[in-house]
Amino acid sequence: MAASTECTTVLPGDILTDRVNRSGSKKYKLGPGLTVQSEDVVACKCGVLKSKENSTFWIDNHQKRYIPAKGENVIGIVTLRAGDIFRVDIGSNLPASLSYLSFEGATKRNRPNVQIGDLVYAKLLVANRDMDPELVCIDSSGQSNGLGVLSTEGFMFRCSLHLCRKLLSPECSLLRVLGKKIPLEVTIGMNGRIWLRCRSVSETIGAMNTILAAEYTSDENIPSMVEKIMSAMAGY
Amino acid sequence: MKDIISTAEKQFLLSVISNGKRLDGRDTYDYRKIRITFGTEKGCCEVQLGNTRVLAQTSCEVVKPSASRPSEGSLQINLELSPMASPSFEPGRMSSYGVELNRLLERSVRESKAVDTESLCIVVGEKVWQVRVDLHALNFDGNLLDCSSIAAIASLHHFRRPEVTVSGEEVTVHSLEDREPVALSIHHMPICITFAFFQEGKYLLVDPTGGEETVMDGCMVVCMNVHRELCTVQMTGSMLLLKDQLSRCCQIAVVKVSEITDVITTALENDAKARKEGKKFGFAESKVTSRITSSNIEKQTVPIKQHSEGDGDDSWDEMEEDQEEEEAGKMKRNGSNEMESNNMVNIDRPGVGTIGEGLQNTWVLPEEESEDEEKPSTVETGATKAAVPNHAASEMQRKHSARKGVKDEDSGSEEEETMIVSSETIQESKKPEPIVQQGEVLDLSLALKNPSSTGPAGQRKKGKGAGRKKQKMGPK
Repeated sequence: MAASTECTTVLPGDILTDRVNRSGSKKYKLGPGLTVQSEDVVACKCGVLKSKENSTFWIDNHQKRYIPAKGENVIGIVTLRAGDIFRVDIGSNLPASLSYLSFEGATKRNRPNVQIGDLVYAKLLVANRDMDPELVCIDSSGQSNGLGVLSTEGFMFRCSLHLCRKLLSPECSLLRVLGKKIPLEVTIGMNGRIWLRCRSVSETIGAMNTILAAEYTSDENIPSMVEKIMSAMAGY
Repeated sequence: MKDIISTAEKQFLLSVISNGKRLDGRDTYDYRKIRITFGTEKGCCEVQLGNTRVLAQTSCEVVKPSASRPSEGSLQINLELSPMASPSFEPGRMSSYGVELNRLLERSVRESKAVDTESLCIVVGEKVWQVRVDLHALNFDGNLLDCSSIAAIASLHHFRRPEVTVSGEEVTVHSLEDREPVALSIHHMPICITFAFFQEGKYLLVDPTGGEETVMDGCMVVCMNVHRELCTVQMTGSMLLLKDQLSRCCQIAVVKVSEITDVITTALENDAKARKEGKKFGFAESKVTSRITSSNIEKQTVPIKQHSEGDGDDSWDEMEEDQEEEEAGKMKRNGSNEMESNNMVNIDRPGVGTIGEGLQNTWVLPEEESEDEEKPSTVETGATKAAVPNHAASEMQRKHSARKGVKDEDSGSEEEETMIVSSETIQESKKPEPIVQQGEVLDLSLALKNPSSTGPAGQRKKGKGAGRKKQKMGPK
């Protein structure tokens, strides 16, 4: 995978047809930041062009604005109750909608207990450029499978989208290392939101700062970084 | 306009505040780190207040004065809130928040007569300078007003307008190369200080962050200059304030304003100096490229105290093996070391270190156990072999040298790592040092323990590395 290590910084409008064709594969997938305009592959945001197995291309950058993608798990804030749907803010340009029936065990009689201001961990069922995103809190078999309303006892903070992806990648050891120091309950949404619950306020602050500091820490430095923050937080 | 906030966030932030803490580890009256950088062009400046960033650019043009004030130039301040700063800022039309900030900036800078507008007059009733400060929020993390007011005043100070000569009817505006441009005449530096109130004024915070601003009950802005002249006071939000709270805020503002004024003047002086000496200046040069962006903290000097009343000079003679240990010995022998004055850790006898009152050592392990664990590690830790009593001294020494920022061969060791307490935010936390030292104390006690358990010196040498190793695992 020599191609993936090769880093090219691209700007919006850069034509990358040659770069994509050079990979040799007839079929390729274009990820975030790349579009096709009259048979040309064009970058539509600035960042680093990355590729995987010479057939998947995307642009990686530091970003806070979430662009919904189908199947991703996100953390949303319920902002409105309108008839049989909830309006949920997931950090995208349009608010997402969440039907009250798409909770585990919910029926027309048995409505889920969701208040305005609650946090929900939900999966994107519909993510379209020109349509409102649609969320569900159940899988296809009707099980919640971890999705649903998050407790108000925890704390939700925002971070860059890149950090969320990093934390969720199997290579990242941060949560394993941190979990050994502080018992914690964490939910990571792909929309740059992390919900966290620890035993005390200061532990939550410590865990939050550790997670935020991990954005620019390489994997091998994570244990020592966690160690440092934990020893410093002990007196806080 | 404001970010949508969930109940969970709100509850947590309020409980953090009522616990007297802040998410970034600051104290109630602490400002975030202020960083002012100037561009290559005059009047261009960027201010960072924590994660809040504002870019300011001052410009000027010749216009016809208003009929009511024919001999006065004008000053305009315009703050732009683009979605670049925060997704909650809408492009295009100005939000009520934007109007409020703009109005406050105008009141603080223009209506406090910080800039001498009469000096901007060229020909009475005909031509005056119109100075314009454009502020752009680059990133929003609370307290945008303070950041913009610093940026505006720093930019006005930095700005130079072209020289003008008037001969009869003819007005000549000299280009920047032609004649040295002139600075604006600025009377004082008004600086806004924002206070956030929580739970009906029960809690007060200086320099609220974005999260804190969303949960605050009300906020008060005090605009003041370094001469303690009040320029503007504004109260917003739904709460009542007591008279003494207002005066308390003003007192805090006096301190903060003088601090910030110092920061601005230093930044201006540094820039002027760099320009004068032909050094590099501007945004590109002020960017620190080889910087670790997070969990970075400057090395701190922690004082260590020495007591020389012991009789253990013999044991200290053994330590000629390692250079740093030798130094430790010297330190010990001639007690008149310069570090003695500001010390906190007592060394009563060699190998015994206490911090504070000293407690009973509860870390004494069975002798056999320590013997067993010592053996395997002797192979790998060749560098650490030394006579056991020295260990403590070397530890102290290493600790000391680490704090002084001296790079020695052991500087990669974990002991030193722990000295450099991480993350800027934690730097401010009240007592990180004792916690770090706790590990040290334990370390020392085990080092003490070892000589009694092992017999000959050779074994002791071997034992030391392991003892330390094991101890390292202990406290973690």
